[in-house]
Amino acid sequence: MDQKLANSMPRILAHDVNIYYGEKHAIKNLSVEIPDRAVSAFIGPSGCGKSTFLRSINRMNDTIASCRMTGEVLLDGKSIYAPDVDVVQLRSHVGMVFQKPNPFPKSIFENVAYGPRIHGLAKNKTDLEEMVVNSLKKASLFEEVKDRLNASGTGLSGGQQQRLCIARAIAVNPEVILMDEPCSALDPIATARIEELIDELKQNYCIIIVTHSMQQAARVSQRTAFFHLGTLVEYGETNDIFTSPKDKRTQDYITGRFG
Amino acid sequence: MSDINTISPHLKKRRRAEWLFRAYGLAAIIFCFLAVAVLFTSIISKGYTAFRQTHITLPVNFDASIIDPDGTKNVDTLMAADYQQLVKKALLDKLQIKPEDKPTRKRAMDLLSHSADTELRDLIIANPAIIGKTQDVSLTASDNVDAVLKGTIDRTVPEADRQISDQQLAWIDQFSKDGKITKDFNTKLFTAGASSQPETAGLWVAILGSFYMMLTVILIAVPLGIAAAIYLEEFAPKNRITDFIEVNVNNLAAVPSIVFGLLGLAIFINGFGLPRSASLVGGLVLSLMTLPTIIIATRAALGSIPPSIKEAALGVGASKMQMIFHHALPLAVPGILTGTIIGLVRALGETAPLLMIGMVAFIVDPPKSILEPATALPIQIYMWATSAERGFSERTGAATIVLLLFSFVMNAGAIYLRRKFERRW
Repeated sequence: MDQKLANSMPRILAHDVNIYYGEKHAIKNLSVEIPDRAVSAFIGPSGCGKSTFLRSINRMNDTIASCRMTGEVLLDGKSIYAPDVDVVQLRSHVGMVFQKPNPFPKSIFENVAYGPRIHGLAKNKTDLEEMVVNSLKKASLFEEVKDRLNASGTGLSGGQQQRLCIARAIAVNPEVILMDEPCSALDPIATARIEELIDELKQNYCIIIVTHSMQQAARVSQRTAFFHLGTLVEYGETNDIFTSPKDKRTQDYITGRFG
Repeated sequence: MSDINTISPHLKKRRRAEWLFRAYGLAAIIFCFLAVAVLFTSIISKGYTAFRQTHITLPVNFDASIIDPDGTKNVDTLMAADYQQLVKKALLDKLQIKPEDKPTRKRAMDLLSHSADTELRDLIIANPAIIGKTQDVSLTASDNVDAVLKGTIDRTVPEADRQISDQQLAWIDQFSKDGKITKDFNTKLFTAGASSQPETAGLWVAILGSFYMMLTVILIAVPLGIAAAIYLEEFAPKNRITDFIEVNVNNLAAVPSIVFGLLGLAIFINGFGLPRSASLVGGLVLSLMTLPTIIIATRAALGSIPPSIKEAALGVGASKMQMIFHHALPLAVPGILTGTIIGLVRALGETAPLLMIGMVAFIVDPPKSILEPATALPIQIYMWATSAERGFSERTGAATIVLLLFSFVMNAGAIYLRRKFERRW
């Protein structure tokens, strides 16, 4: 597996990224290469900047007025902050799943169909239905909701809602899926289902997951990045990070000495 | 170590405080309910009688020689005929008064409304076939007859101090005995315009004026207010200019309404030369007054949309515009509607700014467009309340009931729409 990862082209490449919230320096001189078709986990104590960096990969930070950024983030070798990049276009390539399940207060079908619809991906109604069904299947939710696609998305259980959000994200055919603590609001059984799903999805997508659970990082990811106070302390194969961390801070964190 | 007994004195105080607070709250609610009950009882008990109007039935001979001597059935001839003479003849025949007895004749004529002749005219215009026939016609009684029958004029008062003479009372009693006096639904109250006689005065001009003004407000203030709120809430850069605008919008909501009236007078009438008393000007003034309310309500509604929904939309690649119009705005609709309708109801009941632009006027004919002079319901209430005749006093109450009904209907509409659009997330 190590061999395979090393050979694959990095999908995302961040170079010398600095992010500020007003006066606060949230990310300091971060550079990282993230491989395709694998799960990369970002771990670290609260406020270490892992979510901030995650949100810079699909430019969600643009919506925060006080947020300022320098450096470069490249997706497939192209800078996503270049002036000719359309944010809307970018976000259809880089999907996102949020901490709290946030389905639209619409039907299950409409939730998944929204993305393809606004991007004009479906040629006709049957096409759209097919896309919705496929996305729901990929998110392993279809069997549970196939009889009630017109029921409200908010009426599902927390775990189902989060899978619906994943289905919604993959309905627009992204290449990268960003997950910001996707299981933090879920019970262990729902968490297990999402983790299984992440494991399946990594066949086709580049997945980045921010998590507070080190067990989760160890279970689902191939690479792990440890953030501390806005710097990327250590990044490497998940096995290496958890068994033989090079930095003392990483070791302290994963053994539970702080954070 | 504190055991369970050591904290009990505190507990007692705490419970007492809670009990007191609940009692205050309950008392406040009871007080409010009582105040509302008193208000409604007083308005309704004063106003309900105006919804019924006394009529006197007389056999009228539609004498062709008076109405249409040449038999042309020309509308102009029919309009110009001397219907007063028909009324006089019918009444004097019925009461067997000699036409030469002028004082008695005048007292008899005072039993009927001055509009009796126009009522006959309207009958003829509607159906010229009755010319030459004799028919029982129900004619509007005068204000004093109405007052006697509704008990507002006290029969026990000595004749000299009474507005109605003993002879007139005797006639009224005779009519009553013969079953010639009826109390019918007062349609004039809703179809007539201004009049100096209460029995022929109605709210139609005021209702139309208020309706036109509400329409103007809905067409101007609602779209402008919502658009301004969306821009301020979602698009405007967060800087000093935006803050300044925001503070001023909030201040504008607190400006006394009469100031908006002055502004309307200066800008719309003196500046743009729009006609005085027109419902368009009233509507524009009320739009200015309602605008800040709508902006504030819409911004609050948009601001209360969970950011997670907005992020979700942006996350799948919706543009800001799509995010707002597909997700934020539909979810904000209940709040926007509530704020808008509260603003509209306030505008409906507003009087002071309309006084400034000359809407307090005696207007008989209903306006045909928003550029023609009209009054408004609250202004009509104000004008009737300052009139001396007895009939206007009950009509003031009736007009208040109508205005309140309008407000209730609008509020009910707001509640219905809010329920309809309310969605959980």
